[in-house]
Amino acid sequence: MRPDEERRELDDILGTAWRKPHFVRRPLLRWGLIAGFVAYLIAAFLTIDVDWNRVYEGLDRGLQFILSFTRPDFVTRASDIWGGLVESIVITVSASVVGILISIPIGLGAARNIAPLPVYMICRGIVAVSRALQEIIVAILLVAIFGFGPLAGFLTLSFATIGFLSKLLAEDIEAMDRTQAEAIRASGARWLQWINYGVQPQVMPRLVGLSIYRVDINFRESAILGLVGAGGIGATLNTAFDRYEYDTAAAILLLIIGIVMALEYISGVVRARVQ
Amino acid sequence: MPVREHEGVAIWRRRTAGEALVRWFGWLVGLAIFLFCWKQISDATTWFFVWDAPTIAGDIWSRATPPRWEYISRLWWPIWDTLNIATLGTLIALFLAVPVAFMAARNTTPSRWLIRPIALFIIVSTRSINSLIWALLLIAIIGPGVFAGVISIAIRSIGFCAKLLYEAIEEIDHAQVEAITATGASRWQVMAYGIVPQVMPAFAGIAVFRWDINIRESTVLGLVGAGGIGLQLQASLNVLAWPQVSLILLVILAAVVISEWVSAKVRGAII
Repeated sequence: MRPDEERRELDDILGTAWRKPHFVRRPLLRWGLIAGFVAYLIAAFLTIDVDWNRVYEGLDRGLQFILSFTRPDFVTRASDIWGGLVESIVITVSASVVGILISIPIGLGAARNIAPLPVYMICRGIVAVSRALQEIIVAILLVAIFGFGPLAGFLTLSFATIGFLSKLLAEDIEAMDRTQAEAIRASGARWLQWINYGVQPQVMPRLVGLSIYRVDINFRESAILGLVGAGGIGATLNTAFDRYEYDTAAAILLLIIGIVMALEYISGVVRARVQ
Repeated sequence: MPVREHEGVAIWRRRTAGEALVRWFGWLVGLAIFLFCWKQISDATTWFFVWDAPTIAGDIWSRATPPRWEYISRLWWPIWDTLNIATLGTLIALFLAVPVAFMAARNTTPSRWLIRPIALFIIVSTRSINSLIWALLLIAIIGPGVFAGVISIAIRSIGFCAKLLYEAIEEIDHAQVEAITATGASRWQVMAYGIVPQVMPAFAGIAVFRWDINIRESTVLGLVGAGGIGLQLQASLNVLAWPQVSLILLVILAAVVISEWVSAKVRGAII
Protein backbone atom coordinates (compact mmCIF):
# COMPACT_ATOMS: atom_id res chain seq x y z
CA MET A 1 0.00 0.00 0.00
CA ARG A 2 1.35 3.39 -0.92
CA PRO A 3 1.80 5.88 1.95
CA ASP A 4 -0.81 8.37 0.73
CA GLU A 5 -3.44 5.66 0.35
CA GLU A 6 -2.65 4.52 3.83
CA ARG A 7 -3.20 8.01 5.14
CA ARG A 8 -6.52 8.28 3.33
CA GLU A 9 -7.71 5.08 4.94
CA LEU A 10 -6.72 6.45 8.35
CA ASP A 11 -8.60 9.65 7.55
CA ASP A 12 -11.71 7.59 6.81
CA ILE A 13 -11.51 6.10 10.25
CA LEU A 14 -10.66 9.24 12.20
CA GLY A 15 -12.32 11.90 10.04
CA THR A 16 -10.19 14.46 8.14
CA ALA A 17 -7.01 15.48 9.84
CA TRP A 18 -6.97 18.79 11.70
CA ARG A 19 -5.14 21.55 9.91
CA LYS A 20 -3.86 24.73 11.40
CA PRO A 21 -6.28 27.57 10.56
CA HIS A 22 -4.76 30.35 8.47
CA PHE A 23 -4.24 33.80 9.87
CA VAL A 24 -6.09 35.40 6.94
CA ARG A 25 -9.22 33.33 6.34
CA ARG A 26 -10.18 34.23 2.74
CA PRO A 27 -7.85 32.27 0.41
CA LEU A 28 -8.01 34.82 -2.42
CA LEU A 29 -7.05 37.69 -0.13
CA ARG A 30 -4.38 35.56 1.50
CA TRP A 31 -2.67 34.55 -1.74
CA GLY A 32 -3.11 38.07 -3.11
CA LEU A 33 -1.34 39.51 -0.08
CA ILE A 34 1.45 36.96 -0.27
CA ALA A 35 1.96 37.48 -4.02
CA GLY A 36 1.91 41.24 -3.70
CA PHE A 37 4.36 41.10 -0.85
CA VAL A 38 6.78 38.85 -2.70
CA ALA A 39 6.56 41.06 -5.80
CA TYR A 40 7.28 44.12 -3.65
CA LEU A 41 10.25 42.42 -1.98
CA ILE A 42 11.77 41.49 -5.34
CA ALA A 43 11.29 45.04 -6.64
CA ALA A 44 12.78 46.50 -3.47
CA PHE A 45 15.83 44.24 -3.53
CA LEU A 46 16.45 44.93 -7.21
CA THR A 47 16.38 48.70 -6.72
CA ILE A 48 18.56 48.99 -3.63
CA ASP A 49 22.15 49.22 -4.70
CA VAL A 50 24.48 48.11 -1.96
CA ASP A 51 28.18 48.67 -2.41
CA TRP A 52 29.27 45.39 -0.84
CA ASN A 53 32.95 46.27 -1.16
CA ARG A 54 32.38 49.40 0.87
CA VAL A 55 30.41 47.40 3.44
CA TYR A 56 33.19 44.83 3.63
CA GLU A 57 35.81 47.53 4.15
CA GLY A 58 33.62 49.10 6.81
CA LEU A 59 33.32 45.91 8.87
CA ASP A 60 36.75 46.56 10.29
CA ARG A 61 35.68 50.01 11.47
CA GLY A 62 32.46 48.54 12.84
CA LEU A 63 34.47 46.09 14.90
CA GLN A 64 36.62 48.95 16.20
CA PHE A 65 33.50 50.83 17.19
CA ILE A 66 32.08 47.86 19.06
CA LEU A 67 35.42 47.37 20.78
CA SER A 68 35.47 51.04 21.77
CA PHE A 69 32.45 50.35 23.97
CA THR A 70 34.80 48.37 26.18
CA ARG A 71 37.02 51.43 26.67
CA PRO A 72 34.81 54.50 26.40
CA ASP A 73 36.71 57.77 26.67
CA PHE A 74 34.91 60.13 29.01
CA VAL A 75 38.00 62.26 29.66
CA THR A 76 39.49 63.71 26.45
CA ARG A 77 36.39 65.67 25.46
CA ALA A 78 34.99 65.88 28.98
CA SER A 79 34.05 69.56 28.78
CA ASP A 80 32.25 69.14 25.41
CA ILE A 81 30.37 66.08 26.64
CA TRP A 82 29.44 67.77 29.90
CA GLY A 83 28.30 70.97 28.18
CA GLY A 84 26.22 69.08 25.62
CA LEU A 85 24.67 66.83 28.23
CA VAL A 86 23.74 69.73 30.49
CA GLU A 87 22.22 71.55 27.54
CA SER A 88 20.21 68.45 26.60
CA ILE A 89 18.91 68.13 30.15
CA VAL A 90 18.11 71.85 30.33
CA ILE A 91 16.17 71.66 27.06
CA THR A 92 14.36 68.52 28.25
CA VAL A 93 13.31 70.04 31.58
CA SER A 94 12.11 73.38 30.26
CA ALA A 95 10.40 71.94 27.19
CA SER A 96 8.63 69.33 29.31
CA VAL A 97 7.43 71.92 31.86
CA VAL A 98 6.18 74.38 29.25
CA GLY A 99 4.78 71.65 27.01
CA ILE A 100 2.85 70.02 29.86
CA LEU A 101 1.49 73.37 31.09
CA ILE A 102 0.22 74.28 27.62
CA SER A 103 -1.08 70.82 26.82
CA ILE A 104 -3.40 70.74 29.85
CA PRO A 105 -5.76 73.49 28.60
CA ILE A 106 -5.51 72.16 25.04
CA GLY A 107 -6.25 68.66 26.30
CA LEU A 108 -9.31 69.99 28.15
CA GLY A 109 -10.39 71.74 24.97
CA ALA A 110 -9.90 68.62 22.85
CA ALA A 111 -12.19 66.49 25.05
CA ARG A 112 -15.63 66.41 23.48
CA ASN A 113 -17.50 65.92 26.78
CA ILE A 114 -16.09 69.12 28.27
CA ALA A 115 -15.49 71.56 25.44
CA PRO A 116 -18.03 73.18 23.12
CA LEU A 117 -17.68 72.28 19.43
CA PRO A 118 -15.71 75.34 18.15
CA VAL A 119 -13.10 75.02 20.93
CA TYR A 120 -12.97 71.27 20.31
CA MET A 121 -12.27 71.76 16.61
CA ILE A 122 -9.50 74.30 17.23
CA CYS A 123 -7.78 72.18 19.87
CA ARG A 124 -8.02 68.99 17.77
CA GLY A 125 -6.52 70.97 14.88
CA ILE A 126 -3.54 72.02 17.00
CA VAL A 127 -3.05 68.41 18.13
CA ALA A 128 -3.23 67.10 14.55
CA VAL A 129 -0.69 69.63 13.25
CA SER A 130 1.71 68.97 16.11
CA ARG A 131 1.50 65.21 15.66
CA ALA A 132 1.90 65.25 11.89
CA LEU A 133 5.13 67.27 11.91
CA GLN A 134 8.17 65.43 13.12
CA GLU A 135 10.50 66.90 15.71
CA ILE A 136 13.48 67.10 13.44
CA ILE A 137 11.62 68.93 10.65
CA VAL A 138 10.13 71.39 13.13
CA ALA A 139 13.64 71.87 14.50
CA ILE A 140 15.01 72.66 11.02
CA LEU A 141 12.34 75.29 10.44
CA LEU A 142 12.74 76.82 13.90
CA VAL A 143 16.51 76.96 13.55
CA ALA A 144 16.02 78.79 10.26
CA ILE A 145 13.68 81.24 11.99
CA PHE A 146 15.23 81.71 15.46
CA GLY A 147 18.86 80.97 14.69
CA PHE A 148 21.11 78.25 16.12
CA GLY A 149 20.97 77.34 19.79
CA PRO A 150 18.90 75.66 22.47
CA LEU A 151 15.91 77.99 22.07
CA ALA A 152 14.96 76.26 18.81
CA GLY A 153 15.30 72.88 20.49
CA PHE A 154 13.25 74.02 23.45
CA LEU A 155 10.44 75.29 21.19
CA THR A 156 10.52 72.12 19.07
CA LEU A 157 10.16 69.78 22.01
CA SER A 158 7.47 71.94 23.67
CA PHE A 159 5.49 71.83 20.44
CA ALA A 160 5.89 68.07 20.12
CA THR A 161 4.91 67.57 23.78
CA ILE A 162 1.68 69.47 23.22
CA GLY A 163 0.53 67.13 20.45
CA PHE A 164 1.41 63.99 22.34
CA LEU A 165 0.10 64.89 25.77
CA SER A 166 -3.03 66.81 24.74
CA LYS A 167 -4.26 63.92 22.63
CA LEU A 168 -3.79 61.30 25.31
CA LEU A 169 -5.16 63.58 28.04
CA ALA A 170 -8.23 64.36 25.96
CA GLU A 171 -8.84 60.65 25.36
CA ASP A 172 -8.55 60.00 29.08
CA ILE A 173 -11.01 62.80 29.91
CA GLU A 174 -13.45 61.48 27.34
CA ALA A 175 -13.27 58.05 28.98
CA MET A 176 -13.80 59.35 32.54
CA ASP A 177 -16.68 58.48 34.86
CA ARG A 178 -19.47 61.03 34.40
CA THR A 179 -21.14 60.53 37.78
CA GLN A 180 -18.30 62.03 39.82
CA ALA A 181 -18.13 65.13 37.66
CA GLU A 182 -21.93 65.40 37.85
CA ALA A 183 -21.89 65.16 41.65
CA ILE A 184 -19.43 68.04 41.93
CA ARG A 185 -21.49 70.08 39.52
CA ALA A 186 -24.65 69.37 41.56
CA SER A 187 -22.98 70.81 44.66
CA GLY A 188 -22.99 74.18 42.86
CA ALA A 189 -19.35 74.28 41.81
CA ARG A 190 -18.12 76.89 39.37
CA TRP A 191 -16.50 75.69 36.12
CA LEU A 192 -12.97 75.84 37.50
CA GLN A 193 -14.00 74.03 40.70
CA TRP A 194 -15.78 71.44 38.61
CA ILE A 195 -12.60 70.78 36.63
CA ASN A 196 -10.47 70.83 39.77
CA TYR A 197 -12.58 68.49 41.93
CA GLY A 198 -14.66 66.53 39.41
CA VAL A 199 -12.34 65.92 36.47
CA GLN A 200 -8.77 66.41 37.65
CA PRO A 201 -8.67 63.66 40.34
CA GLN A 202 -9.86 61.12 37.78
CA VAL A 203 -7.23 61.87 35.14
CA MET A 204 -4.34 62.84 37.44
CA PRO A 205 -2.66 59.41 37.75
CA ARG A 206 -2.57 58.94 34.00
CA LEU A 207 -1.49 62.53 33.42
CA VAL A 208 1.46 62.10 35.77
CA GLY A 209 2.42 58.82 34.15
CA LEU A 210 2.21 60.25 30.64
CA SER A 211 4.12 63.38 31.61
CA ILE A 212 7.02 61.35 32.94
CA TYR A 213 6.95 59.15 29.86
CA ARG A 214 7.10 62.32 27.76
CA VAL A 215 10.10 63.61 29.73
CA ASP A 216 11.79 60.35 28.79
CA ILE A 217 10.93 60.82 25.10
CA ASN A 218 12.01 64.45 25.19
CA PHE A 219 15.42 63.53 26.52
CA ARG A 220 15.88 60.95 23.77
CA GLU A 221 14.81 63.47 21.13
CA SER A 222 17.00 66.22 22.58
CA ALA A 223 19.97 63.98 21.81
CA ILE A 224 19.39 64.37 18.07
CA LEU A 225 18.34 68.02 17.90
CA GLY A 226 22.01 69.01 17.83
CA LEU A 227 22.33 67.41 14.38
CA VAL A 228 20.39 70.31 12.88
CA GLY A 229 21.86 72.95 15.19
CA ALA A 230 19.11 73.10 17.80
CA GLY A 231 21.36 72.53 20.80
CA GLY A 232 22.08 69.54 23.02
CA ILE A 233 24.47 66.62 22.99
CA GLY A 234 23.73 65.72 19.34
CA ALA A 235 26.25 68.25 18.03
CA THR A 236 29.03 66.75 20.16
CA LEU A 237 28.08 63.25 19.06
CA ASN A 238 28.04 64.28 15.41
CA THR A 239 31.50 65.81 15.70
CA ALA A 240 32.82 62.69 17.41
CA PHE A 241 31.54 60.51 14.56
CA ASP A 242 32.91 62.86 11.92
CA ARG A 243 36.36 62.69 13.46
CA TYR A 244 36.17 58.90 13.90
CA GLU A 245 36.66 59.39 17.65
CA TYR A 246 34.71 56.24 18.41
CA ASP A 247 35.72 56.04 22.04
CA THR A 248 34.23 59.48 22.73
CA ALA A 249 31.10 58.57 20.74
CA ALA A 250 30.80 55.34 22.74
CA ALA A 251 31.07 57.33 25.97
CA ILE A 252 28.26 59.67 24.86
CA LEU A 253 26.04 56.78 23.77
CA LEU A 254 26.62 55.00 27.08
CA LEU A 255 25.65 58.19 28.94
CA ILE A 256 22.46 58.51 26.87
CA ILE A 257 21.55 54.85 27.46
CA GLY A 258 22.28 55.23 31.18
CA ILE A 259 20.12 58.33 31.56
CA VAL A 260 17.26 56.79 29.56
CA MET A 261 17.42 53.66 31.73
CA ALA A 262 17.39 55.79 34.88
CA LEU A 263 14.42 57.79 33.58
CA GLU A 264 12.56 54.60 32.72
CA TYR A 265 13.20 53.24 36.20
CA ILE A 266 12.02 56.49 37.83
CA SER A 267 8.93 56.60 35.65
CA GLY A 268 8.12 53.00 36.62
CA VAL A 269 8.41 53.84 40.32
CA VAL A 270 6.35 57.04 40.01
CA ARG A 271 3.63 55.35 37.95
CA ALA A 272 3.39 52.51 40.46
CA ARG A 273 2.99 55.09 43.26
CA VAL A 274 0.33 57.29 41.65
CA GLN A 275 -1.84 54.43 40.44
CA MET B 1 -9.73 64.44 57.96
CA PRO B 2 -7.76 67.68 57.77
CA VAL B 3 -9.89 70.40 59.30
CA ARG B 4 -9.13 73.98 60.26
CA GLU B 5 -10.95 75.86 63.01
CA HIS B 6 -11.99 79.33 61.95
CA GLU B 7 -14.01 81.37 64.47
CA GLY B 8 -15.32 78.19 66.05
CA VAL B 9 -16.41 76.65 62.76
CA ALA B 10 -14.61 73.60 61.35
CA ILE B 11 -13.69 74.10 57.73
CA TRP B 12 -12.76 71.11 55.54
CA ARG B 13 -9.33 71.24 53.95
CA ARG B 14 -7.91 68.95 51.31
CA ARG B 15 -4.57 68.58 53.07
CA THR B 16 -3.09 69.02 56.56
CA ALA B 17 -0.78 71.96 57.21
CA GLY B 18 2.30 69.71 57.04
CA GLU B 19 1.30 68.16 53.73
CA ALA B 20 0.54 71.56 52.30
CA LEU B 21 3.97 72.82 53.38
CA VAL B 22 5.79 69.87 51.82
CA ARG B 23 3.86 70.35 48.60
CA TRP B 24 4.50 74.05 48.55
CA PHE B 25 8.22 73.43 49.07
CA GLY B 26 8.23 70.87 46.25
CA TRP B 27 6.66 73.35 43.87
CA LEU B 28 9.21 75.97 44.94
CA VAL B 29 12.12 73.63 44.16
CA GLY B 30 10.55 72.71 40.83
CA LEU B 31 10.08 76.35 39.93
CA ALA B 32 13.68 77.13 40.86
CA ILE B 33 14.94 74.30 38.62
CA PHE B 34 12.77 75.48 35.76
CA LEU B 35 13.95 79.09 36.12
CA PHE B 36 17.56 77.91 36.21
CA CYS B 37 17.03 75.92 33.00
CA TRP B 38 15.30 78.83 31.35
CA LYS B 39 18.20 81.10 32.32
CA GLN B 40 20.62 78.68 30.63
CA ILE B 41 18.59 78.70 27.42
CA SER B 42 18.15 82.45 27.54
CA ASP B 43 21.89 82.99 27.98
CA ALA B 44 22.66 80.82 24.97
CA THR B 45 20.17 82.66 22.77
CA THR B 46 20.84 85.65 20.59
CA TRP B 47 17.70 87.57 21.43
CA PHE B 48 18.10 89.93 18.51
CA PHE B 49 17.37 87.03 16.15
CA VAL B 50 14.32 86.10 18.20
CA TRP B 51 12.81 89.58 18.04
CA ASP B 52 13.55 89.52 14.35
CA ALA B 53 11.87 86.11 13.95
CA PRO B 54 8.43 87.23 12.67
CA THR B 55 10.07 89.09 9.78
CA ILE B 56 12.27 86.10 8.97
CA ALA B 57 9.31 83.71 9.17
CA GLY B 58 7.30 85.95 6.83
CA ASP B 59 10.26 86.14 4.49
CA ILE B 60 10.68 82.34 4.41
CA TRP B 61 6.95 81.90 3.90
CA SER B 62 6.91 84.27 0.94
CA ARG B 63 9.90 82.47 -0.61
CA ALA B 64 8.45 78.99 0.02
CA THR B 65 5.05 79.65 -1.56
CA PRO B 66 3.98 78.50 -4.04
CA PRO B 67 5.79 75.11 -3.94
CA ARG B 68 7.71 74.20 -7.08
CA TRP B 69 5.31 71.51 -8.28
CA GLU B 70 7.35 70.34 -11.26
CA TYR B 71 10.11 69.25 -8.86
CA ILE B 72 7.91 66.25 -7.97
CA SER B 73 9.26 64.42 -11.04
CA ARG B 74 12.62 64.17 -9.25
CA LEU B 75 11.05 62.99 -6.01
CA TRP B 76 9.48 59.69 -7.11
CA TRP B 77 12.72 57.77 -6.78
CA PRO B 78 13.52 59.11 -3.27
CA ILE B 79 9.95 58.34 -2.21
CA TRP B 80 10.39 54.73 -3.35
CA ASP B 81 13.70 54.59 -1.44
CA THR B 82 11.99 55.94 1.66
CA LEU B 83 9.28 53.29 1.43
CA ASN B 84 11.95 50.60 1.04
CA ILE B 85 13.94 51.85 4.01
CA ALA B 86 10.86 51.74 6.23
CA THR B 87 9.49 48.40 5.01
CA LEU B 88 12.72 46.41 4.76
CA GLY B 89 13.92 47.92 8.04
CA THR B 90 10.70 46.83 9.75
CA LEU B 91 10.98 43.31 8.30
CA ILE B 92 14.56 42.83 9.45
CA ALA B 93 13.66 44.24 12.86
CA LEU B 94 10.75 41.82 13.23
CA PHE B 95 12.97 38.86 12.33
CA LEU B 96 15.44 39.86 15.01
CA ALA B 97 12.85 40.98 17.56
CA VAL B 98 11.00 37.65 17.75
CA PRO B 99 13.85 35.63 19.31
CA VAL B 100 14.76 38.57 21.57
CA ALA B 101 11.15 38.82 22.75
CA PHE B 102 10.93 35.08 23.49
CA MET B 103 14.17 35.32 25.44
CA ALA B 104 12.94 38.36 27.37
CA ALA B 105 9.47 37.11 28.31
CA ARG B 106 9.42 35.62 31.81
CA ASN B 107 7.36 32.60 30.79
CA THR B 108 9.39 31.56 27.74
CA THR B 109 12.95 32.58 28.54
CA PRO B 110 15.43 29.71 28.62
CA SER B 111 17.30 31.22 31.54
CA ARG B 112 16.06 33.90 33.89
CA TRP B 113 19.42 34.94 35.28
CA LEU B 114 21.63 34.89 32.21
CA ILE B 115 19.67 35.25 28.97
CA ARG B 116 16.78 37.43 30.13
CA PRO B 117 19.03 40.33 31.29
CA ILE B 118 20.95 40.17 28.00
CA ALA B 119 17.71 40.33 26.02
CA LEU B 120 16.46 43.22 28.16
CA PHE B 121 19.73 45.07 27.62
CA ILE B 122 19.40 44.64 23.85
CA ILE B 123 15.86 46.04 24.09
CA VAL B 124 16.83 49.07 26.19
CA SER B 125 19.96 49.98 24.27
CA THR B 126 18.43 49.76 20.81
CA ARG B 127 15.33 51.61 21.94
CA SER B 128 17.03 54.51 23.69
CA ILE B 129 19.16 55.59 20.71
CA ASN B 130 17.34 57.41 17.92
CA SER B 131 17.48 56.06 14.38
CA LEU B 132 19.27 59.23 13.23
CA ILE B 133 22.14 58.42 15.58
CA TRP B 134 22.23 54.82 14.39
CA ALA B 135 22.31 56.20 10.86
CA LEU B 136 25.25 58.49 11.69
CA LEU B 137 27.12 55.54 13.10
CA LEU B 138 26.33 53.19 10.22
CA ILE B 139 27.29 55.82 7.66
CA ALA B 140 30.68 56.09 9.30
CA ILE B 141 30.98 52.29 9.15
CA ILE B 142 29.38 51.15 5.87
CA GLY B 143 29.15 54.38 3.91
CA PRO B 144 26.19 56.58 3.00
CA GLY B 145 23.20 55.24 1.12
CA VAL B 146 19.90 53.44 1.42
CA PHE B 147 21.47 50.35 2.97
CA ALA B 148 22.68 52.31 6.01
CA GLY B 149 19.14 53.67 6.37
CA VAL B 150 17.59 50.19 6.26
CA ILE B 151 19.97 48.87 8.90
CA SER B 152 19.57 51.87 11.21
CA ILE B 153 15.76 51.64 11.05
CA ALA B 154 16.05 47.91 11.70
CA ILE B 155 18.28 48.31 14.76
CA ARG B 156 16.15 51.08 16.22
CA SER B 157 12.97 49.03 15.80
CA ILE B 158 14.26 45.82 17.44
CA GLY B 159 13.88 47.17 20.94
CA PHE B 160 10.43 48.66 20.33
CA CYS B 161 8.99 45.54 18.69
CA ALA B 162 10.63 43.14 21.13
CA LYS B 163 9.36 45.11 24.14
CA LEU B 164 5.76 45.15 22.98
CA LEU B 165 5.95 41.53 21.84
CA TYR B 166 7.41 40.20 25.10
CA GLU B 167 4.72 42.01 27.05
CA ALA B 168 2.13 40.30 24.82
CA ILE B 169 3.83 36.93 25.41
CA GLU B 170 3.78 37.45 29.17
CA GLU B 171 0.04 38.14 29.04
CA ILE B 172 -0.98 34.94 27.23
CA ASP B 173 -3.52 32.52 28.63
CA HIS B 174 -1.59 29.76 30.35
CA ALA B 175 -4.35 27.15 30.06
CA GLN B 176 -3.84 26.76 26.30
CA VAL B 177 -0.11 26.26 26.74
CA GLU B 178 -0.78 23.63 29.40
CA ALA B 179 -3.27 21.85 27.13
CA ILE B 180 -0.72 21.62 24.32
CA THR B 181 1.96 20.44 26.76
CA ALA B 182 -0.41 17.76 28.08
CA THR B 183 -0.65 16.24 24.58
CA GLY B 184 3.04 15.46 24.80
CA ALA B 185 4.22 18.28 22.55
CA SER B 186 7.88 19.21 22.47
CA ARG B 187 9.12 22.66 23.50
CA TRP B 188 9.01 23.92 19.92
CA GLN B 189 5.57 22.46 19.29
CA VAL B 190 4.28 24.18 22.43
CA MET B 191 5.59 27.44 21.03
CA ALA B 192 4.11 26.89 17.58
CA TYR B 193 0.66 25.69 18.70
CA GLY B 194 0.26 27.12 22.21
CA ILE B 195 1.97 30.52 22.21
CA VAL B 196 2.29 31.75 18.63
CA PRO B 197 -1.47 31.68 17.80
CA GLN B 198 -2.15 33.74 20.92
CA VAL B 199 0.39 36.47 20.17
CA MET B 200 -0.14 36.52 16.38
CA PRO B 201 -2.71 39.37 16.37
CA ALA B 202 -0.51 41.43 18.71
CA PHE B 203 2.48 40.70 16.49
CA ALA B 204 0.71 41.84 13.34
CA GLY B 205 -0.51 44.97 15.12
CA ILE B 206 3.00 45.79 16.36
CA ALA B 207 4.44 45.23 12.89
CA VAL B 208 2.04 47.66 11.24
CA PHE B 209 2.34 50.19 14.07
CA ARG B 210 6.12 50.19 13.83
CA TRP B 211 5.99 50.37 10.02
CA ASP B 212 3.94 53.56 10.38
CA ILE B 213 6.52 55.08 12.75
CA ASN B 214 9.34 53.94 10.48
CA ILE B 215 7.83 55.73 7.47
CA ARG B 216 8.02 58.92 9.54
CA GLU B 217 11.56 58.28 10.65
CA SER B 218 12.85 57.24 7.24
CA THR B 219 11.70 60.51 5.69
CA VAL B 220 14.33 62.38 7.71
CA LEU B 221 17.16 59.83 7.65
CA GLY B 222 18.51 61.48 4.51
CA LEU B 223 19.46 64.54 6.56
CA VAL B 224 22.53 62.66 7.71
CA GLY B 225 23.03 60.92 4.34
CA ALA B 226 21.19 57.63 4.81
CA GLY B 227 19.05 57.79 1.67
CA GLY B 228 15.42 58.58 1.04
CA ILE B 229 13.60 61.84 0.58
CA GLY B 230 15.57 63.49 3.40
CA LEU B 231 18.57 63.70 1.04
CA GLN B 232 16.56 65.94 -1.30
CA LEU B 233 15.39 67.96 1.70
CA GLN B 234 18.95 68.50 2.88
CA ALA B 235 20.14 69.40 -0.63
CA SER B 236 17.31 71.90 -1.08
CA LEU B 237 17.92 73.43 2.35
CA ASN B 238 21.62 73.79 1.62
CA VAL B 239 20.97 75.89 -1.47
CA LEU B 240 18.04 77.70 0.22
CA ALA B 241 15.63 76.48 -2.47
CA TRP B 242 12.56 77.14 -0.33
CA PRO B 243 9.94 76.30 -3.01
CA GLN B 244 11.47 72.81 -3.24
CA VAL B 245 11.62 72.54 0.56
CA SER B 246 7.93 73.32 0.86
CA LEU B 247 7.06 70.72 -1.78
CA ILE B 248 9.16 68.07 -0.01
CA LEU B 249 7.53 68.93 3.31
CA LEU B 250 4.11 68.51 1.69
CA VAL B 251 5.15 65.12 0.31
CA ILE B 252 6.42 64.04 3.74
CA LEU B 253 3.17 65.20 5.34
CA ALA B 254 1.17 63.22 2.79
CA ALA B 255 3.31 60.13 3.40
CA VAL B 256 2.80 60.41 7.15
CA VAL B 257 -0.96 60.83 6.81
CA ILE B 258 -1.28 57.92 4.35
CA SER B 259 0.85 55.57 6.42
CA GLU B 260 -1.12 56.42 9.56
CA TRP B 261 -4.35 55.76 7.68
CA VAL B 262 -3.08 52.40 6.37
CA SER B 263 -1.84 51.39 9.79
CA ALA B 264 -5.14 52.34 11.46
CA LYS B 265 -7.12 50.40 8.83
CA VAL B 266 -4.99 47.27 9.12
CA ARG B 267 -4.99 47.33 12.91
CA GLY B 268 -8.75 47.84 12.86
CA ALA B 269 -9.10 44.75 10.64
CA ILE B 270 -6.89 42.63 12.89
CA ILE B 271 -8.11 43.55 16.35
